[in-house]
Amino acid sequence: MIKYILKRLLAAFITLFLISAITFALMKLVPGGPFLSEKAPSASVTAALEAKYGLDKPPLEQYITYMKGVLKGDFGPSIKKRGRTVSDIIWAGFPVSAKIGGIAICLAVVVGIPLGSIAAFRRGKWQDSIILVASTFGISIPSFITASLLLVSFGITYKLTFGLSSAAHYIMPVISLAFLPTAYIARLIRGSMLDVMGQDYMRTARAKGLSATVVLFKHALRNSILPVITYLGPALAYTLTGSFVVERIFTIPGLGNEFVSSIINRDYPMIMGTTLFLSTLIIMMNVLVDIIYKIVDPRIKFE
Amino acid sequence: MDQQKHNIGFHLRLDPSDFEPAAISEKESLVAMRESVSFWKEGMTRFRRNKIAMISLIMIIIFMLGAFVIPSFYPYSYEQMDKESSNLMPMQYSQAEHERMANGESVFPHIMGTDQLGRDTMIRLLMGSRISLLVGIIASGIILVIGSIYGSIAGYFGGYVDMLMMRLVDIIYTVPDILIIILLQVTLKNPLEKLSYSSPAFSWINKVGVSLICIFVVFSLLYWVGMARIVRGQVLALKQQEYVIAARALGASGSRIIRKHLLTNCIGTLTITTTLQIPSSIFTESFLSFLGIGVAAPMPSLGSMASDALSGIWSYPHRLVSAAVMISLIILSFNLLGDGLRDAFDPKLKQE
Amino acid sequence: MSKTFLEIKNESVSFFTPAGEVKAVNDITLTMGEGEVLGIVGESGSGKSVTAYSLIGLIANPGRIVSGSISFMGNDIHLASEKEMRKLRGNEISMIFQDPMTSLNPLYTIGNQICEVITLHTNKTKKEAKERAISLLSEVGINEPERRMKQYPHELSGGMRQRVMIAIALACEPKLLIADEPTTALDVTIQAQILELMSDLQKARGMSIILITHDLGVVATMCEKIAVMYAGGIVEFGTADDVFYRTAHEYTKGLLSSVPSLHTTEHGRLKPIPGVPVDVLNLPAGCRFAPRCESCMKICLKEMPPITFISDNHYSSCWLLHHPNGQNMSTDI
Repeated sequence: MIKYILKRLLAAFITLFLISAITFALMKLVPGGPFLSEKAPSASVTAALEAKYGLDKPPLEQYITYMKGVLKGDFGPSIKKRGRTVSDIIWAGFPVSAKIGGIAICLAVVVGIPLGSIAAFRRGKWQDSIILVASTFGISIPSFITASLLLVSFGITYKLTFGLSSAAHYIMPVISLAFLPTAYIARLIRGSMLDVMGQDYMRTARAKGLSATVVLFKHALRNSILPVITYLGPALAYTLTGSFVVERIFTIPGLGNEFVSSIINRDYPMIMGTTLFLSTLIIMMNVLVDIIYKIVDPRIKFE
Repeated sequence: MDQQKHNIGFHLRLDPSDFEPAAISEKESLVAMRESVSFWKEGMTRFRRNKIAMISLIMIIIFMLGAFVIPSFYPYSYEQMDKESSNLMPMQYSQAEHERMANGESVFPHIMGTDQLGRDTMIRLLMGSRISLLVGIIASGIILVIGSIYGSIAGYFGGYVDMLMMRLVDIIYTVPDILIIILLQVTLKNPLEKLSYSSPAFSWINKVGVSLICIFVVFSLLYWVGMARIVRGQVLALKQQEYVIAARALGASGSRIIRKHLLTNCIGTLTITTTLQIPSSIFTESFLSFLGIGVAAPMPSLGSMASDALSGIWSYPHRLVSAAVMISLIILSFNLLGDGLRDAFDPKLKQE
Repeated sequence: MSKTFLEIKNESVSFFTPAGEVKAVNDITLTMGEGEVLGIVGESGSGKSVTAYSLIGLIANPGRIVSGSISFMGNDIHLASEKEMRKLRGNEISMIFQDPMTSLNPLYTIGNQICEVITLHTNKTKKEAKERAISLLSEVGINEPERRMKQYPHELSGGMRQRVMIAIALACEPKLLIADEPTTALDVTIQAQILELMSDLQKARGMSIILITHDLGVVATMCEKIAVMYAGGIVEFGTADDVFYRTAHEYTKGLLSSVPSLHTTEHGRLKPIPGVPVDVLNLPAGCRFAPRCESCMKICLKEMPPITFISDNHYSSCWLLHHPNGQNMSTDI
């Protein structure tokens, strides 16, 4: 078990290294830079700024300098937000995004699993049809639409259009974020539960004289929850780091917002920092998912 | 002869001739076997019976007609600005148009009103759907080709080849896609523009629009990984089937086995996954355009229309709602169609 | 005949598929005494398993019991509520299935799955249930039962898993054990072991067994009575001797001559039954076996043959039994 985790961590380290290299190369390939904006400063100012951030050196040297810093835990200063380090910005934005994202994913699990189970249990009945169509709707509506529509229909009436100053302010961003994963989980559970219900061991369970509730909760649900676990890992990582769209529409100072604006602004250290942060989170979530999977399903073996 | 008819206790009168051996033809006439239905035929029957799938298919056909046929004879064009008639509500006419109507001219109504530049919203919605559908279908086609080739090679050869190829897939999976999308967009823009001016052979690039081509490139670079994983999984499973082992024992070449046995058997999965890829491509395109990094103006996209509508959201909510409904309905129809195909042709296929 | 332990009367089960009504079991009647071993024989799709499922009320959608009654120890099963049925299942009537590889839940230990049924139907504490489970495991011939309790199904072989299934089925001392092709998925040597185990347990406990199989060899070794099913109906019913040595139905004869044996057949060749089973969506008006029957007569194509008793415990439905010349009554082989 420990050997397995160590092995995974080593692989994760290599992957992160590759990702940093790819990201760095991509950034350098892109024409333009952080100091090429509309109010183009004079060539001498630009040169001075580039020298300050080491952008005048050859790319390989820049990369090595940067990675040395990263290994020491230093992600460098932000270019656009003067005086703040990348770590500062990430640690300011991440808790905000993580709070909304965490609540949204919990909501999605709590609502999605029962809905999917009901649909599977009442297969072909009206409950199934309603849940099936509703969840297909759920995966068909982009979050920017959910968020905008919520804003139009309730935001004004209840004065909840801006920031996160009260608990009520969480409602709409959380719903917009939870909408898609809820629908997705409901569909996953329905599909896997239908699959499980056709299995021979379900027949055995019923032949034992177990009640429908025990059959559902003990024998069907645990088996059908496996694909949801797989889905939740990356979904959690993405949702925790924030959806740019939802944060933009509801004006929330989260990490997603910072990430996209850093790309548009060519804030190189910021791009590198957030990319590495997000990738680390995704990889860690995947390792976590594999471990949980192993706990739920004894057939899985760590190689 | 009467006494030979015997009553055997259950009120049935029988004739001795009944006990003569039956001719083979008589026996055969009885074997009214159903004609054996092929997998595809049975699937089609199931598909046609699925009301939701049929409705979504009809919806998609209507969207196609609306997006590709109606704009060619629609009285307004998507870039035509009319300062006189800006910010009109649905079915409202501008002052100038009222005057023209008073003069006996017939003026085509602005069914969905106009935007702040006086462009007809209806035609922009239709053109936006055209972009969405184009992106969805073409991008899915590209993804299908790249993903299935990559996946089947990895799955077929297995071992180290498979491991290396799948590691690459994992990395692409892990890098935040929005980063690659934005960076690639910016990177590709200049070279593509230069290319389109350099020789008339590439002038089509300008016609299609650089940003649209960027979207295709980005999609084909990023989103084939899901398809590759599915195909690889299928190939790995099929590889163990006896008929593939038999084909190999008979000396069939690797490429022949991939083409003839593996891909043909994956075709159900491929169709379904591609159908479900279309809405997800449309989804991403609208998202990118919403962020302002997708289809470039003046070409309308449903995403950018929704984004534009956000600024006038309190006075003109119908603009946001109409674009939102359009995107959602298109994506919904394709999702429902994909589900219908899945239920009809591959009841065992698990949702990915 | 012992007191009526189990009596199935005019039972019909249909599956209502989109393609039409599939009459899986069609008007079957049979009785069984306590402590007997009854074999139900037939090819795939003949309705054997569906008959068994209707006994414990586990007909899956879109199947439905269309008519008939099943009386088990004097109570009509079809009239029982779902709650009463649950008390019956696993307790009075239990069942083992064809494929032991998939019949156990992969996510729970063997111990958990045996104890589950014990605590459900008895007042035993967890500890008592565990002790009982261990003794059951050793009773069905599993070595190191204590260690096995903590193992998961995938860690056991097919034969072992079927033994576990038998242990689960026997946990509450059922009156009736239904075994649905219990040995089909196993190796031949394991098959013999499992059958022997079932036979021993049956004798030791005096329980009744319904053994469903397509293997005539299996019924010959274990069963006192045999019902032969074809296309949802019982074509012949009788003691093992009646069915094997005084065969009345042409289908049974066909089955017997298609079985390899050391003694039978003139030219040392197996004789398959020609043709394919009838289309269950489209049953013929007359005898369902008629299209494949070598002695088919005109009447067979028009009318369903009635049940005809050859002796008290032996009946068959075949028109040949009514042939005016009568030469076909109880043919001896």
